[in-house]
Amino acid sequence: MAAARLVRATMVALPSAFCLHIYSSSKIISRNLLAPGLRYTPQQLHYRFLAISTSAPALSSSPSSPSSSHSVPSGRKKQNRGLPARVLTQQSENRVLEENASGTEYEAVIGIETHVQLSTATKAFCSCPSQYGSEPNSNVCPICMGLPGCLPVLNEKCVEFGVRLGHALHSDIALNSKFDRKQYFYPDLPKGYQISQFDIPIAKNGFLEVDLPVEYGGGYRKFGITRVHMEEDAGKLIHAGADQLSGSSHSQVDLNRAGVPLLEIVSEPDMRTGLEAAEYAAELQRIVRYLGVGNGNMQEGSMRCDVNISVRPKGQAKFGTKVEIKNMNSFSAMQRAIEYEIERQVGLIEGGEADKIVQETRLWEEAAQRTTTMRKKEGLADYRYFPEPDLPEVILTEEYVESIRKTLPELPNDKRRRYETLGLSMQDILVLTNDVDVAAYFDAVLEKGSDVKMAANWIMGDITAYTKNEKLSITELKLSPSALAELISLIKDGTISGKIAKEVLPELLEKGGSAKSIIEKKGLVQISDVATIEKMIDEVLAKNPSQLEAYRGGKTKLQGFFVGQVMKASGGKVNPALMNKILLEKLNG
Amino acid sequence: MAFRTSALALPQQVGFAFCMTGQALKLPRTKRLVVRNSMTSATSLHDNLIVAQARPASVIRKIREDLENRERSAVDIMEDYLTRLRDRETHVQSFLHVSETAMEEAKLLDDKLAQKARIGPLAGVPIAVKDNLCTKDMPSTGGSKILEGYRPPYDATAVRKLRETGAVIIGKTNMDEFGMGSTTEGSAYKVTANPWDTTRVPGGSSGGSAAAVAAKQCAGALGSDTGGSIRQPASFCGVVGLKPTYGRVSRSGLMAYASSLDVVGCFGSSVEDVAILFQSVAGHDSADSTSSSKDVPSFAETFTPVDKLNSKPLVGVKFGLIKETLGEGVDSSVVSAVQSAAKHLENLGAEVIEVELPKFSLGLPAYYVLAASEASSNLSRYDGARYGRREDAQELVTMYGKSRDMGLGSEVKRRILMGTYALSAGYYDAYYKRAQQVRRLIQTDLEDVLQRVDILLSPVAPTPAYKIGEKADDPLAMYAGDLMTVNVNLAGLPALVVPCGVAEGGQFGLPVGLQMVGKSFDEATLLHSGHIFEQTAPSWHRTVPPLVQ
Repeated sequence: MAAARLVRATMVALPSAFCLHIYSSSKIISRNLLAPGLRYTPQQLHYRFLAISTSAPALSSSPSSPSSSHSVPSGRKKQNRGLPARVLTQQSENRVLEENASGTEYEAVIGIETHVQLSTATKAFCSCPSQYGSEPNSNVCPICMGLPGCLPVLNEKCVEFGVRLGHALHSDIALNSKFDRKQYFYPDLPKGYQISQFDIPIAKNGFLEVDLPVEYGGGYRKFGITRVHMEEDAGKLIHAGADQLSGSSHSQVDLNRAGVPLLEIVSEPDMRTGLEAAEYAAELQRIVRYLGVGNGNMQEGSMRCDVNISVRPKGQAKFGTKVEIKNMNSFSAMQRAIEYEIERQVGLIEGGEADKIVQETRLWEEAAQRTTTMRKKEGLADYRYFPEPDLPEVILTEEYVESIRKTLPELPNDKRRRYETLGLSMQDILVLTNDVDVAAYFDAVLEKGSDVKMAANWIMGDITAYTKNEKLSITELKLSPSALAELISLIKDGTISGKIAKEVLPELLEKGGSAKSIIEKKGLVQISDVATIEKMIDEVLAKNPSQLEAYRGGKTKLQGFFVGQVMKASGGKVNPALMNKILLEKLNG
Repeated sequence: MAFRTSALALPQQVGFAFCMTGQALKLPRTKRLVVRNSMTSATSLHDNLIVAQARPASVIRKIREDLENRERSAVDIMEDYLTRLRDRETHVQSFLHVSETAMEEAKLLDDKLAQKARIGPLAGVPIAVKDNLCTKDMPSTGGSKILEGYRPPYDATAVRKLRETGAVIIGKTNMDEFGMGSTTEGSAYKVTANPWDTTRVPGGSSGGSAAAVAAKQCAGALGSDTGGSIRQPASFCGVVGLKPTYGRVSRSGLMAYASSLDVVGCFGSSVEDVAILFQSVAGHDSADSTSSSKDVPSFAETFTPVDKLNSKPLVGVKFGLIKETLGEGVDSSVVSAVQSAAKHLENLGAEVIEVELPKFSLGLPAYYVLAASEASSNLSRYDGARYGRREDAQELVTMYGKSRDMGLGSEVKRRILMGTYALSAGYYDAYYKRAQQVRRLIQTDLEDVLQRVDILLSPVAPTPAYKIGEKADDPLAMYAGDLMTVNVNLAGLPALVVPCGVAEGGQFGLPVGLQMVGKSFDEATLLHSGHIFEQTAPSWHRTVPPLVQ
């Protein structure tokens, strides 16, 4: 633990029920903050959760060896995607490969630990709301504050979400897992231990698939997932006068986050570039959002990625010394942090200072665009894990695990493969599948039988422009997928022109309703009746005898003039192709 | 490490002579004479509750009857108890806090009675609560300086249930800090005396609760038992104590010592009182994931009044006397008291056989590894950051260190260090994991033997109450005293302790308890048998402690 500087504990105006001072001093003002003033009714202390375990004995203390746990292999895992193998492009990798005069090529080995906050209504082990952004220390109770005598009661949803994500990552789900205590002292950890899963995670041995952006050369990748386990989040330290502990005058603890359920996803060290790492994280975020298990928001810290990275000469089997990078709150920051770190490490090796690469935790400084040492690890931290005696083992039936698999939505990778078969370009596919709601909208339009390419273009073009402009989510759009499908079919069957469609769109976007009725109401239906068109053309020709004469005299450029006149006469509604054809016939007749 | 040393080397007790011959059933008469004679002066000084009673009767039932018959008001009863509590407190020192609202609560009850409103089964009954159970209107320190003045914002489930059935929490009782100890000398606040001989310990860690019941400072009490903390003080103080099956009573609101072993239980001056209290606190609690959802049967209601018992009321009940608990290292007075109790059970028609549990002695070291390991984790939260005692320091780590150094006592530190060691990387397999394996062996052994008998019998401790200070500097000797009780916690079984004899010692003799270990969740059989045993026991059982001035 970093040596924490002690500071004056001054009660600052946090609008909270109480403040928790980490540091004391001679000037200490308030200490027993949980004392008489705070009241909890017995009802508040009654936790409405049931333990998931259906057959755990009351005596939960008998030790269970890891080998005795059963797991069900994921059925999806074995399936081959049945798609032609794609060429892996080297382009993106080359971006970050360093090459020196002697010609040694280096590669990075990158593994990622991701913490995903789950979007359960309440915390993992108590009934406090788990929502983000409440007043400090307002979503707290004796359990998540770690008061004496309080016991955790597992929120069933955590298990469900763990199994969901495990399935989505093609993992083996443990039918018999358990919770363990990870022990260390820190002011944001009220109990002095974190309830986590140690030797038997809820899911393990999975993988995740990524299609790299086309602008970086594209390419398909498959990255291994070591494990997915359930745990609780710690509270948040607010360091006054500085962004981090060092340099701050004092710190305060906000326990709103303490006990919020997390899934920790540990990847295999399969990534080689910053881009791959960023795309891994982006895909994980998509999966989390597709599944609805979390919002995956990196800015709010609902999804946090810690990157482990080392470099080694290409072809060497042994890993280099690994460094952990924290504090990246976007995918592009991840990519840049990794690229910076690769450069730094390769530079040190090349400069004969390989021993300066030490096992440590480094922070990404967004402003300075560099990583700096946060703390050096002296060997391995000993967390003294042992089975959590307050919680029964988590025992799942195969039926339960299967029933959850059946509720899985189509996942991003499956969607991308399907869109490929529809003939869309990877560029379009990546845009459409990036956001689960956009993809759902697109699918809903297709369901009405729309032309694939036209639907894709309308959504990626005018509609995205509109939602961006209005700061709306596509789910808030008044234009229903069926109305868009109708609009597209009206273009397709020639009822309206593309130009008319664009004119109609703003009203549809703002007011909703059916495209057909708006077009009919406004009389915008395209005129495709030959007799009507002939009549209009005849009238125009009759009104402009001199131009007609000039045309027939060889000034064929005047065709445009007649087109414009007919268009004008029809109020822009005439079917252009048909009108052109008839006009030519008449002009030349 | 200390706890690796053979735990079996029980210190030989030299201070206790034989008080019984082999003819156990004959002996009590002489014993009783001794007690009576010496009590004469005591009875004249104190109220009639100290007088030897015909047989242990339910104090709680008496209160109920008096209230219903309007013989005494709730205020009268409470005043009676509070007066006695204060009077004896100077000698016994069993309370850390006495309720300021007890009289008010009694008054409210009288108002209710006047309006002929319905009252709960424990209405107006003054109950003392061990200080490691959270009470929202009283400080709850767990006997530790680190929680000095701490007031929880909520009631422990057992306390809440007592209140819901009408009980009045009369105060919080002294205990070894966080339950770690067998004498109550480990309290950070005061040393409680044994009401039978105030130069002796009341046992522990629930020594305050046991002493308070023995001294009639309350009608009953709650305690907690991790390795014998209810049973051993019950034996030392001559009261009835029940350690329920693990999971039978919610641990919510109990300051955790060793979560997989901790149980909340009760003390009373009769089996019936204990049964009534237990009925009130037992049952599933959604706030404790390890609490059982098994049905709680009726206990006291099924008891047969002693005058309606036939001559062989225990026909069909099979008892197993654990051979390993009666051998070397166990005080002879204790052995003979237990053997005479077994004889008495036989006279009541029960079958008593001797059973061997060769692995019995493995339990103690396993217990100390597991309990210390869990304690090292459970006590991490007492870090000075959020509540309780905090020492000023320039650095966070120093603040933690100083707060815990000043706030925690030496026995607690010893166990935290042992537990931290046992869970450390590289030692986990040798200690924690191995202890868990031993635990499973013990569990299986006890479950197997309980297939053959209904109830196991053994002493509670190798000796009766010893002198204050006698083992204070010898933790190993104190740990060894837990030999007969810890296995029951490792297996999660229920056990009832009833007084079964008086050993030589002190001015008036010292009580000896009989431990009856039952099948999982079968407290009913224990209480039923214990009640019959108690009500038919020879006269030595009927004495109550004379309180010296």
